[in-house]
Amino acid sequence: MESVLQLLFTDPVIGLIKGLLVIGVVLQIVPLLIYLERKLSAYMQGRLGPNRVNFVVPYAVPGLGGLRLVPGSLQPLADAIKLAFKEEIIPKDADKLLWYLGPFLAFFPIATALAFIPFGINHWDALGSGVIVDLRVCSVPISVLLLFAISSLGVYGIAAGGWGSGSKYPLMAAVRASAQMISYEVSMGIAVLAAMATVGSVDLQQFVVHQATQDFVDLGFLTLPNWLVFSQPLAALIFLVAMFAENNRLPFDMPECEPELVGGFHTEYSGLKFALFFLGEYAAMILMCSLFVTIFLGGWGSFWDTDAWGVFGWVAVDPHATDGINAIKSHLWFMAKVMAILCFQIWIRWTLPRFRYDQLMNIGWKVLVPLALGNLVLTAIAGYFLNPIGVGQ
Amino acid sequence: MSSPTPQATSLSSDPIPTRQFGDGAISLEPGLGEKDMIINFGPQHPAMHGTLRLILRLNGEKVSGSEPDMGFLHTGFEKLGEYRTYNQFIVVTDRMNYFSAMANNTGFACAVEEMLGIEIPPRAAAIRVLMCELSRISDHILGIGLQGMDMGAFTPMLWSFIEREKVYDVFELTSGGRLTTSYTRVGGLAFDLPDGVEYRVRTFLDRLDDTVRDMEGMLARNRIFMDRTVGVGVLTRDEAIDYGLTGPLARASGIDRDLRRDRPYLGYEQYDFEIPVFTDGCVYSRYQLRLAEIRESAKICRQVLDSMPAGEINALGSKATLPSKDDVYTKMESLIQHFMLSMPGHGLKTPASGEIYSATESPNGELGWFLISDGSAVPYRVRVRPPCLFAFQSIREMIQGKLVSDVVATMSSLNVIAGELDR
Repeated sequence: MESVLQLLFTDPVIGLIKGLLVIGVVLQIVPLLIYLERKLSAYMQGRLGPNRVNFVVPYAVPGLGGLRLVPGSLQPLADAIKLAFKEEIIPKDADKLLWYLGPFLAFFPIATALAFIPFGINHWDALGSGVIVDLRVCSVPISVLLLFAISSLGVYGIAAGGWGSGSKYPLMAAVRASAQMISYEVSMGIAVLAAMATVGSVDLQQFVVHQATQDFVDLGFLTLPNWLVFSQPLAALIFLVAMFAENNRLPFDMPECEPELVGGFHTEYSGLKFALFFLGEYAAMILMCSLFVTIFLGGWGSFWDTDAWGVFGWVAVDPHATDGINAIKSHLWFMAKVMAILCFQIWIRWTLPRFRYDQLMNIGWKVLVPLALGNLVLTAIAGYFLNPIGVGQ
Repeated sequence: MSSPTPQATSLSSDPIPTRQFGDGAISLEPGLGEKDMIINFGPQHPAMHGTLRLILRLNGEKVSGSEPDMGFLHTGFEKLGEYRTYNQFIVVTDRMNYFSAMANNTGFACAVEEMLGIEIPPRAAAIRVLMCELSRISDHILGIGLQGMDMGAFTPMLWSFIEREKVYDVFELTSGGRLTTSYTRVGGLAFDLPDGVEYRVRTFLDRLDDTVRDMEGMLARNRIFMDRTVGVGVLTRDEAIDYGLTGPLARASGIDRDLRRDRPYLGYEQYDFEIPVFTDGCVYSRYQLRLAEIRESAKICRQVLDSMPAGEINALGSKATLPSKDDVYTKMESLIQHFMLSMPGHGLKTPASGEIYSATESPNGELGWFLISDGSAVPYRVRVRPPCLFAFQSIREMIQGKLVSDVVATMSSLNVIAGELDR
């Protein structure tokens, strides 16, 4: 007997809901992230950070006035409104088509690639209806490959914006960005290859299941889960470094390093087009951090098992359960890890100086690629001897 | 300037019009190929602190030619000196160098005093030394902070700004102004030190040690920072001498010359301090040198505070400074002196054809003043020898064949003050 929910939860409907949810959540996280970055950097630098546009409780307390909850928390919103009303200036020499395409090309591939990230457990019995839902938008078995194929299109946005501006500094930035992102994608891809060989799958959900269902090593006082950051530490490190370069963040922010190229590829952009570049950049940060968490930090899996002591056991995720609470817990674990890596990115950005362009290329091609290749070979050899039948099966 | 303003050329294959960028050794025009690009670095560019302009000829990312272009902040300060009395011109001197106004005030006052043969009381000299060294600290600490900022390390710059604000607090307490102090007068100072300055300076110096250590920890052994700075923007000893560099830039290139030691003024000889000298002449050694100088200046400041003499702050016997109000109301001579100094058409008694070149060691190097007096209260000519002018010229040598990123690193290591560059 099919219930109403079962009739309602057809694949297109569920896909639509998940898609809207993911894009909506990411669009909401971006302002939060901007606020977090500004506040964290202010804390590191002995400043106050944004503190004017407060989130105020709508009712007034007699004698106290409105209660200020989080100082400056509405600053990203105010900035967005300001950008929406900015005059748009199009340079005389601009290539109109590329100029208009640039911001969209920078944002849409990133938003699309987010569809492959498993943001929760792979089998949730939706509202107890018996329909098993995989908590990611697009359940394809080759999601790693598709994700890389689509997200690397993001460089076209920067290249188009930089070239289409018809101006010299953006052009230099576009050239730098293309070279940098392509170079670092190589080492990143090879690092992920080693991870794929360990897991024996090219499905991101399988990555997480592999990490969540096994233990890596029992240290006696602590059992490490089978996260790839433990079994593939070098690949994780290479991915982490390449991640900064892919996101154009310091110390690899060649395409927009302010003291050299003024504003980089978006020097000539203003208004909402600039906002879209900005959005794409932060969405790319979220995408890359989610990818790192999924591949190396156990995705939505918890660090300890459900049989851990007291409340720890309760907050842990059971990779085999199908109930809703477990699904929510898995999502919260995923988000917590992503936020931690995002904070790490922010921390690095406000600490390190920037590389020079040739040094960046040297690190990419002469350090990271050989290391990643060596790691891949080692993984292959180890896989052949330790598990000749088939790794991860 | 007869040369027309160079314009940014478009990337299309339009024939590039012939332009003359002066008759320097590195002209930008000859042999400009298809792959070359002429790019304007400034005057509105984030790395050009102030309105400096550098025209670069780039081959890809490589600099194949460059031309520093000055004059965007031309203010006519020197000409202004011919219409201001000696004391009025002190107000102009701190506008020349907004990084270390106190050092400029002091330098000009010392030059006039040397011309008139005035001996200032020891307390005034000690206070001037204290203020000069504080402004040296604030200049250098912001200088290395900006050096970090131009390479992407934003955080140390804001830490340095916190310290700079503390120095401003001291200046505000003593002179009433934070940025433009106008503290000195010919023959002494505008005000004596108020209560609490010693405490403030001492607490500042204690805090400074921590901040300098933090800033050093962030950058000095940072692999990225060292890769970006060691061996970049090198100026050899001979080149530095040829370009007439002084101050930190010269000492980073191995020239052991500091006017505070070699030609002592204001009683610098009674203080115990080292002149740090580095021999590499690269951006990194300039960074190290400024750090070392901050520590030495802090040492001097402590010594000045320990041995601060009591007494007058103005050379009252010299007839160049205003007498005290008590004397003005009770003594005939003092009343006359006050009248003569204050009224238009009167003023300082200067020699009929006096000439003086007097130099002090300002934070950026030798700050020279060439004054000609004609017997009136207004100088006949005021000529400034700013240290930044020579530094900005020499950048051509340092960035030839380097990358755009090196231009930024080199530029910020020079600490060019636009106000001083274009008097």
